[in-house]
Amino acid sequence: MTLEINGRKVEAQHGDTVLGAARRAGIRIPTLCHYEGLPPSGACRMCVVEVEGQRGLVPSCAFPAAAGLKVQTHSARAVDARRTLVELLLANHPDDCLYCARNNECQLQDLAAQLGVRRRHYFGGRTPARMDVASPSIVRDPAKCILCGKCVRVCEEVQAVGAIDFIGRGSKTRIGPAFDEGLNVSSCINCGQCVAVCPVGALIETRAIDEVRAALADPKQIVVVQHAPSVSVSLAEEFGLKPGTDVDGPFVTALRRLGFAWVFDTAFTADLTIMEEASELAHRLAHGGVLPMMTSCSPGWVKFVEQFYPDLLPNLSTCKSPQQMLGAVVKTFLAGRIGVDPDRIFSVAIMPCTAKKFEAGRPEMGRDGRQDIDAVLTTREAAELIRMYGLDLAALPPDAADTPFGERTSAGKLFGASGGVAEAALRTAHYLLTGHTPDDLKIQALRGLDGIKEYRATVAGTEIGVAAASGLGNARKILEQIRAGRKDLQFIEVMSCAGGCVAGGGQPRSASPDAVRARMHALYVIDRDAAVRASHENPGVQRLYAEFLEKPLSHKSHELLHTRYERRAPVM
Amino acid sequence: MSDTAFPRCCAGCWHSPDRPCPDLVACLEKGPVCHESDACAAQVGARNRARRRESPARPVVFVGTGTCGLGAGAGKTLAAIHAWLAAGAVDAEVVEVGCIGLCVEEPLVDIQLPGRPRLSFAKVTDKKVAPLLSAVFSDQPPPSEPLGQFRQDGAAPWPGVRPLDEHPFFAPQTRWVLANCGVVDPSSLDEYLARGGYGALAKALRTMTPADVCREVELSGLRGRGGGGFPTGTKWTIAHKQAAEQKYMICNADEGDPGAFMDRAVMEGDPHRVLEGLALAAYAIGASRAYIYTRAEYPLAIARLTAAIAQAKAYGLLGSNLFDSGFSLDIVVKQGAGAFVCGEETALIHSIEGRRGMPRPRPPFPAASGLFGKPTIINNVETLANVPGIVANGAAWFGSVGTASSKGTKVFALSGNVARTGLVEVAMGTPLRQIVFDIGGGIPGDRAYKAVQIGGPSGGCIPASQLDIDIDYESLKQVGAMMGSGGLVVMDDGNCMVDVAKYFMDFIQKESCGKCIPCREGTRRMLEILESLSRRPSTSLGAVVSPSNDRRIEQQFEALERFRSVMNLEHLAKVIQDTSLCGLGQSAPNPVLSTLRWFRDEYEAHVYDRRCDAKACRELLVYEIDTTLCKGCGICIKQCPSDAIVGTPKSPHHIIPERCVACGSCVDVCNLDAVLVH
Repeated sequence: MTLEINGRKVEAQHGDTVLGAARRAGIRIPTLCHYEGLPPSGACRMCVVEVEGQRGLVPSCAFPAAAGLKVQTHSARAVDARRTLVELLLANHPDDCLYCARNNECQLQDLAAQLGVRRRHYFGGRTPARMDVASPSIVRDPAKCILCGKCVRVCEEVQAVGAIDFIGRGSKTRIGPAFDEGLNVSSCINCGQCVAVCPVGALIETRAIDEVRAALADPKQIVVVQHAPSVSVSLAEEFGLKPGTDVDGPFVTALRRLGFAWVFDTAFTADLTIMEEASELAHRLAHGGVLPMMTSCSPGWVKFVEQFYPDLLPNLSTCKSPQQMLGAVVKTFLAGRIGVDPDRIFSVAIMPCTAKKFEAGRPEMGRDGRQDIDAVLTTREAAELIRMYGLDLAALPPDAADTPFGERTSAGKLFGASGGVAEAALRTAHYLLTGHTPDDLKIQALRGLDGIKEYRATVAGTEIGVAAASGLGNARKILEQIRAGRKDLQFIEVMSCAGGCVAGGGQPRSASPDAVRARMHALYVIDRDAAVRASHENPGVQRLYAEFLEKPLSHKSHELLHTRYERRAPVM
Repeated sequence: MSDTAFPRCCAGCWHSPDRPCPDLVACLEKGPVCHESDACAAQVGARNRARRRESPARPVVFVGTGTCGLGAGAGKTLAAIHAWLAAGAVDAEVVEVGCIGLCVEEPLVDIQLPGRPRLSFAKVTDKKVAPLLSAVFSDQPPPSEPLGQFRQDGAAPWPGVRPLDEHPFFAPQTRWVLANCGVVDPSSLDEYLARGGYGALAKALRTMTPADVCREVELSGLRGRGGGGFPTGTKWTIAHKQAAEQKYMICNADEGDPGAFMDRAVMEGDPHRVLEGLALAAYAIGASRAYIYTRAEYPLAIARLTAAIAQAKAYGLLGSNLFDSGFSLDIVVKQGAGAFVCGEETALIHSIEGRRGMPRPRPPFPAASGLFGKPTIINNVETLANVPGIVANGAAWFGSVGTASSKGTKVFALSGNVARTGLVEVAMGTPLRQIVFDIGGGIPGDRAYKAVQIGGPSGGCIPASQLDIDIDYESLKQVGAMMGSGGLVVMDDGNCMVDVAKYFMDFIQKESCGKCIPCREGTRRMLEILESLSRRPSTSLGAVVSPSNDRRIEQQFEALERFRSVMNLEHLAKVIQDTSLCGLGQSAPNPVLSTLRWFRDEYEAHVYDRRCDAKACRELLVYEIDTTLCKGCGICIKQCPSDAIVGTPKSPHHIIPERCVACGSCVDVCNLDAVLVH
């Protein structure tokens, strides 16, 4: 069908909104609350347009495109209304942009500039607000909140967690966890998707940059860093490079120049995780263990199960996540190898994730009163650190990570995309069960952005039902099926964030679905072109077993690489 | 009285909710249809006459114990009546009825002696019970004039007492929706049945298709009484045509406008009429489940509705396979927490679903996708209470009253500065003047009429120049107001219109759900601007640095700022109307716009002259002591919180204007009225 927008004919399909049709036609209508893929909320009114025959302005995000419709998206009336709305938001907004974590990447700031807001028209009181700094992962600053509600929707409708909601009425409306308490005592799983969608500075990660800088400046400390598989394919966007550019080599150089004594690749312990996890799966299959086995590398997901599905805790793999495995071997194996007191080691992890900050602080993630990981930086914080030290990432020469934890296979790298753990695990499980690695390693059914992907593998005559879910709303669907008695699944990979770590809560914010797809694709290209593509073939991992861990599921690996879970009340 | 068991005439009656009788209502009205028995017919006839109290064998005392009556002390009156009857061992029936509408005269007590019509008495507080009952029961002249007497065939009228329907409050009214309110015992299903109740439901289910019902209501011209005025039958037809396994019917009883209590009175005074209307609507659209969404602050209405539902179920008037027609209906009373916005359709739906009451954009309209994603129709209490009459008497009957575009009657809650406050039901097209001055009895005291605020926070103020409009949906819109749900607040020259606008803006900015920016942020700024107009001169709006310390220039500057803020006020009002998500926001600026339209001079007096002629904006008033009257007693000096009054004992005092905070306490304490305010 054809409608008319700003006097031009625009094609639209059934189910399109005016906003969607306009965007495809290259007409930019501003929005603050629009969330691609969810039903329109109609909260911000920024996308209002004039439609012939309608009395008031209508929200283009919710108005269905129809044949013959005549729309004016930027009439004086619409633009004036938008400007007034922005002025109203600013009248209740702190004026400390220069101190704001989102300065220069704030949608409200952009809109104010776009609409030419240059004068104050509205004065008066501001809604009183209290900062919430109690969470290990997320800082809430309700004073900056514009109540677009995207955080509430992503938490409830995408993640099926519902840790936050609107509280109060009228001009006293605010967003917060149950009982208006801190996030730390809420059902928040720390995934940071709210941080990722927040258009302003009301939600940011709990910063660890200053701790890391202090450690780097302390000559007595040996500062070790690891970076997660998805970081190298996302970091580029923070430096204006094309989404999906892999900056692994220059990134390692940058980390060295920042002063890190050892630079390791978390994909190494992703391979190690696969060795342990695939062995655990083989063991459960062979010995009638609890099935389906569910992955445990996504810390938001682990807390989700602890809170909402404690009856399924035995299904979680006991393997620690790659971050925590690397943390454990650094302060044991590496400390012994280089002959230093583990207390002198400051272990930093660069992660696509805010929940990793929470995971690092879990009491069971350490020994002798010492945490294995001392600080977690998100991809965004890593970029900030690199910029702070005046490094031009695009101009840096490449370098390789350090041994003993620098070698990785592309299987470990696949951890960064939803379905990647399952794919990597199947490669090694196949080897463990048959003694040889399959010829065709790629499993297309487990790739891509679908929320739930399923695959049936036949290994050594046994059929293994595999599912990969990303976004906890999708995970919940599968868990409900399991509770209802579904039996055809043996292995379930769950990533808290929709798309996996490439779309994690700590990643660069620009993440359009296209950017996420590009990051994902970069990982698939790395796998396509890699020489070693199965975790059990990682020589570094083989060496570590030979020299230290003995074999998968050994006593030593149980002590260092496996963990336990506990039932948690959703709201404390 | 609670009618929880079906009244079987004899063993020949086989009706039960499991095996419903198709002629149930006819049988309850006129006697058995399934078998011939003079005895049974006589029994039914006698019961219905008794339920209509045509010729009671013993005296009946009626007490209006609606929420308004209880507020005026009807509870104590009722206790005093019981005590008086017990003390004298007088055999009489005591009946609690709902509100007849004349709230200003509560507590209302009616007395019906055998052979005599029912007599109504006003303001019967507990202390007046004994003298009143003693006099009437012993045929002596009552201590106070009765309001009037009911018309009753076969009873000897009281001499010298006018019929109640000739009372100036009642005479101009057309009481359809309120016909039973204050007259019948709302806890008795039998009384409702005895007056033809559920006849329309039986007629529809036995002789009409759902499409017939939709058509009849559409033809009648009935429009939504909750505010918008959308044609009810048209709305039903849309839902009727939706193919869906499950549909829902909702009665919107979330009455939240300040000064509105129409729905409460109907639910409390005649709950079965609401249930019958709801059942008819459910049948018309094909819903098997209906909700009545009301606020928890209406406990009496909730109790009455809940009891009424139980009775109707016990009789087989609600439940499955009603009248053996195949139509089943369950009605659930759902209590809301009292958020104003939950009267908005989509917010109401969210609330029933267990979510936060916040509106969502339409389309999809609830008629296509509403409660739990199913086709849903939402009608207000008064709308539904009109439906039994339309189905029973036909569309033409309903359309015979009203104006070209607005048919039937409308219930208004008349309050404010008017002699007779209460609940009135008038034909559409009744002149506003008649409502205020005839029914309402005009403005009490020596005050002058200033305006009527109609339609609550979404409505507007109607000035004296527009008093002669004939009230209907269109005429109200033309003068910048709207029907709303029917709150009608009368204001006199002691009311400041800036203050009125401020009141409604305050209400809205507190009750906004907080979802969309214009309503949440815009209304609070509008309120702040209005507040600045009535604030003391020394503060200007906002953090603007004054250009000079010279007081005169400063005052000019402030006047300019105030003028600018009024410009902003109008601009904001326009943007809020234009961009808000739901009706609450879109109509939120109406009270400001309508007062600006009709009372601009009052705004200007506030802005430029810093004057409030109604003397309502205290901070603008100047206090002065009349030295010829002041005897120097010093009581005002003691009372003044800001040490603004000086003077030596026994000589006249003075107020220092710079110190005065305009609290008015000196006025309150001065025994000599020596403090002048201007």
